[in-house]
Amino acid sequence: MKIMPCPLNGPRNISEFAYGGEVLDLPAPDCDNETWIDFVYLENNTAGVVREWWYHTPTAYWFIAERDTRTDEILKTYPANEVFKDRVDFAASEAPAAPAAKE
Amino acid sequence: MSFTLLKYGLSKGHPVPRALPAETDLKDSYDIVIVGGGGHGLATAYYLAADHGITNVAVLEKGYVGGGNTGRNTTIIRSNYLTPEGVKFYDESVTLYKDLANDFDMNLMYSERGHFTLAHTDSAIRTMRWRAEVNKHMGIESELVLRDELQKMVPELNYSEDVRYPIMGALFHAPGAIARHDAVAWGYGAGAAKRGVHIHQNTEVTGFEITKANGSPQRVTGVHTNRGTIKAGKVIQCVAGMSGVVSDMAGFKLPLKTIPLQACVSQPLKPFLDAIVVSGSLHVYVSQSSRGELVMGGSTDPYGVYMTRSTLDFKEGLMMHMMELLPYIGEVKLLRQWAGMTDMTPDFAPIMGETPVDDYYIDAGWGTWGFKATPVCGKRNAEMLATGKVPETIQPFALQRFHDFKLVGEKGAASVGH
Repeated sequence: MKIMPCPLNGPRNISEFAYGGEVLDLPAPDCDNETWIDFVYLENNTAGVVREWWYHTPTAYWFIAERDTRTDEILKTYPANEVFKDRVDFAASEAPAAPAAKE
Repeated sequence: MSFTLLKYGLSKGHPVPRALPAETDLKDSYDIVIVGGGGHGLATAYYLAADHGITNVAVLEKGYVGGGNTGRNTTIIRSNYLTPEGVKFYDESVTLYKDLANDFDMNLMYSERGHFTLAHTDSAIRTMRWRAEVNKHMGIESELVLRDELQKMVPELNYSEDVRYPIMGALFHAPGAIARHDAVAWGYGAGAAKRGVHIHQNTEVTGFEITKANGSPQRVTGVHTNRGTIKAGKVIQCVAGMSGVVSDMAGFKLPLKTIPLQACVSQPLKPFLDAIVVSGSLHVYVSQSSRGELVMGGSTDPYGVYMTRSTLDFKEGLMMHMMELLPYIGEVKLLRQWAGMTDMTPDFAPIMGETPVDDYYIDAGWGTWGFKATPVCGKRNAEMLATGKVPETIQPFALQRFHDFKLVGEKGAASVGH
């Protein structure tokens, strides 16, 4: 059994968690199509340390994990507000903004 | 008889030839460099030499021939896909597979078993009917069979209503087959080497020489390896799970995630299961090999790693479902387990053809369907490299399709949900 150290619930079986994709910067809402296409489809698919969104399903809790994809080691986990400190408001009148969470 | 055997054993000129010739030095320059010595790379080399007479070709393999996903799949060959593009492509592959043993003069143990994709829900029945109609329209043998008929065809399964997912019917694909996967790589490799292609094992690509125009990559001219640099007219990468790492060296990104896919075999049993049985709802596919082993696989891992480790979680999940399908195998022991690194695309179709770098081609995104496509990939890659034009069969799979929003949705035809 592989253990994920959840910042909220402590060490839990990784089967309780869902993988939520790499932590990426959202393109500006008014960027061109090419930038959006790249953001939606292209993957860094890094062989090495990556920073990813993870979700603890029973407690509906999103957090960030740093993981080495070459060794399947979880190096560090922390709440998302350690990275995303500022609130982001998307004006309703502009282009509709996509939520940051993917898939 | 025993005297002949003794003579054979003491003979200095060993009568069995090597499948691949002894290693040679890297040449300074090759017309075509193929990165990756798995089934796809070797098949490309084979058809370049056999169909187009191009033999100044090098296949560079980091490990040994066929040591990657070619030897790690569950060897199922079928063409009952969902989109017309996919069906046409895989049908060509099945047709080529049927003559391959003759072409190689090597026994591939190609064995047509009949492929049954089980449906356990109304919506699955609907998808099977859809696939059957697309398949039949394209001239493929493919039928929806309902429970009573299925029970006569594959009586080995558990048809009880008293399970989590009772069997309602199946998509029956008569030409569904299994083959000896290592032999496919060896056959293509030996055939290519015999015609003059250089196969370099233990040769890792470490980078590419690419000319630049206005700061962006333009044309590939050479390949750096751990054994030195070689000039290359054209380059194609056929590296499955490492596709993203190799394309990074060439300077472009791919819509791929590398995710392990695990599989296992049981101890050998007397032959009892003739059919290849797949269930999307149960995340299981199983067939019995000619050695008697049950070859079993399931869905990909829940998250990506660049590793071929096996996990207990996966085995537990798979066996729970196997016990629902074949309840009498509870005492059977597992013999081997392994994993391969799959490169999954968002639409479950491959990526083939041109890339942002001139003279640099790609064969990637093989997720969970690479082995069955080996011959057609080799044939069409070779045609593309020889003529410089992308063949019609593989045009729908271009990398450009993501920019044009022309995705080829094959998720419904993947063996199991991933």
